[in-house]
Amino acid sequence: MAESDVKVKVLGSWSSPFVMRTMIALNIKSVNYEYLEERLWEGKSELLLKSNPVHKKIPVLIHGDKPICESLIIVQYIDEVWSSTPSILPSDPHERAAARFWAAYLDEKWFPSMRTISIAQGEDAKKAAIAQLEEGLVLLEEAFGKCSKGKPFFGGDQIGYLDIAFGCFLGWLRVTEKISGINLLGEAKTPALLKWAHRFCSDASVKDVMPETEKLAEFGKMIMAKMRGAAPPKS
Amino acid sequence: MAEVKLIASSLSLFCTRIEWALKLKGVEYEYLEEDLRNKSPLLLSYNPVHKKVPVLVHNGKPIAESLIVLEYIEETWKDSSLLPEDPYEKAMARFWAKFADEKCLFGAFDACRAEGDEKEKAIETAVESFAFLENQLERRKYFGGEQIGYLDLALGWIPHWLNVMEEVGCMKLADAQRFPLLHQWAEDFIGTPLIKECLPPRDKLVEYFTASINYLRSLAASQQ
Repeated sequence: MAESDVKVKVLGSWSSPFVMRTMIALNIKSVNYEYLEERLWEGKSELLLKSNPVHKKIPVLIHGDKPICESLIIVQYIDEVWSSTPSILPSDPHERAAARFWAAYLDEKWFPSMRTISIAQGEDAKKAAIAQLEEGLVLLEEAFGKCSKGKPFFGGDQIGYLDIAFGCFLGWLRVTEKISGINLLGEAKTPALLKWAHRFCSDASVKDVMPETEKLAEFGKMIMAKMRGAAPPKS
Repeated sequence: MAEVKLIASSLSLFCTRIEWALKLKGVEYEYLEEDLRNKSPLLLSYNPVHKKVPVLVHNGKPIAESLIVLEYIEETWKDSSLLPEDPYEKAMARFWAKFADEKCLFGAFDACRAEGDEKEKAIETAVESFAFLENQLERRKYFGGEQIGYLDLALGWIPHWLNVMEEVGCMKLADAQRFPLLHQWAEDFIGTPLIKECLPPRDKLVEYFTASINYLRSLAASQQ
């Protein structure tokens, strides 16, 4: 059976950067898929619980009858199954390792500090989290120079693994800038990333799946209000 | 100058994974022992972001983060495949390796460190995570099938390091009765000469974990 005959579904949530990674990767490969929105605040669907019994999280890619979980593992799976160009991971093992390294850094260190900002108790904790974000961006600016080698993306001429891994956070990064009043991605310290961010968001495989910052900000406020037990603000 | 160097610490399970992979692939390497209490300029220059071991240095270029290093080794030295060819099987191996590091390993360490009611809960959580691994073995000798593979190396801390954590933490997480397949796998894995020869001395591990746990507990106590 040709790959194109096997059904592809994505279980996700419009606000999740991790789900966006999955959709960008499928778009890059021009794979048709059915998107199923999980309304997580209404309780997890049977399908989600069945396909991801270990973590019960989105995204889940369901390829035929096979569920694949964890966004970066999904992106690699997509790259390997639909192996025709364009490739998502670089071909050189050292470049692949570098892309994986920075993607892991983003997930394990950088994005968690962004989340910390919204729940940080007190100014000191907030400042520390912002400092970690800024420090990370400076590291990523340097990494961009090394990985892109003068080309538009971390992956070179086209969006690659690290572009996907990092770019999916741009929506929430902009929300954080809005709420904290601090310019995190800017001309002064991260000029190359600033330009890259614009190119990434305009890319054909990204623009339809990148949520609007306003919508994300409203959603963020609603979540925070719910977490604090207050009534959600009227939109 | 050696083409392949491994900057490592002999007690670190993350480092032993790499040694196993290099030996399975027949790769010659120079082993550089790092004193983690006094990190060398070499380590700090090769892994400025995390400042951790292991770091594999190949032709002067560093690779860090043990599971990423394993994939690098797999892609660079093609003999004795560690990962399955099939993309789905590969995704499963990666999934379980990540799961085991996040839930089983840190779960075990948490349970080791915890005391009282917190310990009971931590043990329960850790045991649940090991149950997932037991279910993955089915009728296979190794997680990789008939041969040791990526997932076996990623879980290779279980036969030796977990045993020490259980002793130091006064707990049982993965006993033979509860998880017979995992127990058998552990025996087969550790019985392999190439695997066994890289293991650090058990008494040194006991010393290390005891000191770590005492330190963390005293830190927690002083913060209360």
